[in-house]
Amino acid sequence: MSKIIVFVEANASGTANRASLEALGAAKSVGSDVVAVSYGIGGAALDAPKHIALEGESYSPDGTAADLAAIFAEEGATAVFLASTGVGRDVAPRVAALLDAPCFSDVTELSDEGGLVFTRPTLAGKLITRVRASGANGAAVATLRRNCFGAAEDGTTAGAGRPAAADLKAILTEIAAKEGGKLDVSEAPIIVSGGRGLKEPANFKLIEDLAAAFGNAAVGASRAVVDAGWRPHGEQVGQTGKTVAPGLYIAVGISGAIQHVAGMKTSKVIVAINKDPDAPIFKLADYGIVGDALEILPVLTEAVKGAMAGA
Amino acid sequence: MNIVACIKRVPATETQPKVAADGMGLDHSALEYMLSFYDEIALEEAIRSKEAHGGEVTALTLGPTEASKELRDCLARGADKGRVSLDPACHPREPRTTPTPTAATDTARGAELVFCGRQATDRDNAAVGPMLATMLGWSCVTDVIELHIDGTSATAKRESERGIEHFRFTLPAVITCQKGLNEPRYAGLKGIMAAKKKPIEEAEPMLVESATEVVGVSLPPARPAGRIVGEGPDAVPALLEALRTEAKVL
Ligand SMILES: Cc1cc2nc3c(=O)[nH]c(=O)nc-3n(C[C@H](O)[C@H](O)[C@H](O)COP(=O)(O)OP(=O)(O)OC[C@H]3O[C@@H](n4cnc5c(N)ncnc54)[C@H](O)[C@@H]3O)c2cc1C
Ligand SMILES: Nc1ncnc2c1ncn2[C@@H]1O[C@H](COP(=O)(O)O)[C@@H](O)[C@H]1O
Repeated sequence: MSKIIVFVEANASGTANRASLEALGAAKSVGSDVVAVSYGIGGAALDAPKHIALEGESYSPDGTAADLAAIFAEEGATAVFLASTGVGRDVAPRVAALLDAPCFSDVTELSDEGGLVFTRPTLAGKLITRVRASGANGAAVATLRRNCFGAAEDGTTAGAGRPAAADLKAILTEIAAKEGGKLDVSEAPIIVSGGRGLKEPANFKLIEDLAAAFGNAAVGASRAVVDAGWRPHGEQVGQTGKTVAPGLYIAVGISGAIQHVAGMKTSKVIVAINKDPDAPIFKLADYGIVGDALEILPVLTEAVKGAMAGA
Repeated sequence: MNIVACIKRVPATETQPKVAADGMGLDHSALEYMLSFYDEIALEEAIRSKEAHGGEVTALTLGPTEASKELRDCLARGADKGRVSLDPACHPREPRTTPTPTAATDTARGAELVFCGRQATDRDNAAVGPMLATMLGWSCVTDVIELHIDGTSATAKRESERGIEHFRFTLPAVITCQKGLNEPRYAGLKGIMAAKKKPIEEAEPMLVESATEVVGVSLPPARPAGRIVGEGPDAVPALLEALRTEAKVL
């Protein structure tokens, strides 16, 4: 059985982020023993038999990696799990290098088959690969994709403080909030994405209105409109943008090019609005409306407002 | 300043992959290849750093001899030299663990700056850059969208769920490049001509045994067929009804 170290990172408000709690939940489901190592949550209680809270003056990914590698050795662990977030993906390969272990990124499934087997998408999800660690020490480092594993319960184990590594190379000096505290596509349960079919940047107001009607939706975009400067890079969904898997993905005026689809095809429910009945996006969509997005969006927004008010 | 851009030849993003007969990897028989998308950004940043601070850019790849085609493209865009660390087994290795960084270490050792892509668009590991930095004991900032270098001091910005993170570090460093950092240039005719005279070196890399065993490779399950609920604004009520009662997402 595996003894797993799980890194629990903080979100902007200083509480454990959801993706980390999912990594913790995943570790508890396949590991015989779990040690949570947190940073930045003030030692708040976690659902783990043991919880070490790193305490440092400054955050550094190399420092955190050194701490995780040291704790791995002290605990005699077999694996290190992190969330597949900007922070987790930054730290994980460094831990792997320190442990001389493979780094499995963006794992979507785990199983114990006489040792952990990791399932992960490659080629932007066009291929599914199952791998296991086969090094001399059998160690593995993995980042776990969001929304694939059940989160750990509320915890009771407060963090025992431990001074974080002090020999830091890249030092975090500031975290600037994103504009307007907008919900990021990688975290939103609902995404309304627009493409070139919106015709001009001003028409994205219609996409924003629909997202606002849901209340908990983020605005996404195809690469075509990001490259045209209509929308910021951070909103791009796809092979060279963000990979998303929300509960509901609404693609408006997006043709469904293979590179876009790669980033959203594991969404739970997909809706497409496109004036071309032969657009490839309809092959993927659970529900489609054929027609002019500029006419359909305002009606849909009103209907969603009504539905939300009634809910 | 000696600058290295790590680049990889990968299957083109249009690829609709097939699984190899043994079920253990990608069928490579009919693939088209390209320079990995983020590596174009890495190369561009390497060339811009040279233009700003002087020095030389080496484009480095671990891969088959054929990868010299992608290296030639890098030379045409402005790199000074190319280097292929020959690794015929590069493709089947899944996911590659330490070999690439190990092969890169020798070339990187004499450099102040190494640029990598955020991730290679084949395995999507996003691991080689920070692994290489850790092996060298260097600074590393990943997914960089803004970079400033002043002598041996540097600052960089990256985006995470927490917000825009600002980092301070010193060279030597490995930087992995995210979309938005720059707009990669194309190779002009002059560059293509000049590239013909630039050297591409082939080297036998020190390969480390993979610490990964492939259990199996498969295509993802197809999504069940959906349906068109109607045309134009009139179809909105039917869509809402489906979302509420069938899909239960409202
Ligand atoms: C290396 C590489 C990486 C890439 N990475 C990505 C990526 O990460 N993400 C991504 O999205 N793309 C990516 N692409 C680009 C991709 O190939 C497509 O070019 C892009 O997704 C097209 O964007 P689009 O659907 O908005 O535009 P188009 O393909 O032009 O489609 C516009 C759609 O709008 C419809 N339409 C037009 N008018 C209306 C209207 N009034 N109402 C309703 N519908 C209308 C049309 O029927 C059409 O289907 C990548 C390409 C390459 C080569
Ligand atoms: N075979 C390779 N040769 C040279 N550079 C590579 C190779 N594989 C990966 N890299 C570099 O490391 C980055 C991240 O790759 P990966 O960790 O495989 O996602 C790529 O964008 C390249 O810059």
